[in-house]
Amino acid sequence: MAGNIDRAGRPLSPHLQVYKWQWTMALSILHRATGVALAVGTLLLVWWLAAAAYGEAAYAEVQAFLGSWLGRLLLFGWSLAFFYHLANGIRHMIWDTGRLLDLGGAYRSGMIVLAATLVLTLAAWLGAYWAMGAF
Amino acid sequence: MDEKLTAAKPGDGGRSDRRSDMARARGLGSAKEGVQHWWVQRLTALALVPLSLWFVASVICLAGGGRAELVAWLASPFSAGLLLLCLLATFWHAILGLQVVIEDYVHGEGRKMALLLLTKGLGWFLAAVSLFSVAKLSFAG
Repeated sequence: MAGNIDRAGRPLSPHLQVYKWQWTMALSILHRATGVALAVGTLLLVWWLAAAAYGEAAYAEVQAFLGSWLGRLLLFGWSLAFFYHLANGIRHMIWDTGRLLDLGGAYRSGMIVLAATLVLTLAAWLGAYWAMGAF
Repeated sequence: MDEKLTAAKPGDGGRSDRRSDMARARGLGSAKEGVQHWWVQRLTALALVPLSLWFVASVICLAGGGRAELVAWLASPFSAGLLLLCLLATFWHAILGLQVVIEDYVHGEGRKMALLLLTKGLGWFLAAVSLFSVAKLSFAG
């Protein structure tokens, strides 16, 4: 356990790997991962807005990319990350008030976050295809 | 004799310190910035709940439309104003979040500082470009 003593010889708190893995830990790191992904995704947002400001030709280019299979895949990933980070962010804000901090509360709210992510992502894409006149 | 007035402060060699308690405490908090980072992260998160949902709903309504529809949407001061706020909160929130991730995982003061400067500089640059784009679309079409 060499990693558990710092250079000055003082003990450190145990590292992550000594804990039994739980699915709520995956939700926790997923909040960070989706946050970083959304930050990278702002590049797409800036490209879209700047292209629109440049004019018709540049906007047609970005729309063509977003409409391609790669563009749609990126947008789908972005929407999944967005709704997860939003739902879990609200969970974090509830925790900040001191509520739902017990094990049962963490499990139940975690399940709600996962369900909300799937439902909202599905609803957003159905809405988008409906707006485009797909059905 | 009042103990409190004559007691020597630690490290002052027995001389009395005429600074107030507040002046001595200032600047010594965690990371020398207190709760400002934590608080702005939460404020922008709270603002982004309605703003980002409104943005996603608006983009869904714009799906399938062309540039003319986007320009018409941003011609409204209501939409343009909300979008400016949404972008400002988004970039501020993202920059604060990335800062925490970098501080947690990047070790070595030089590399950490370089990456923080790069992230913050790029983040605010992208924020400026997107805010200006919205303003141009709104004013000039």
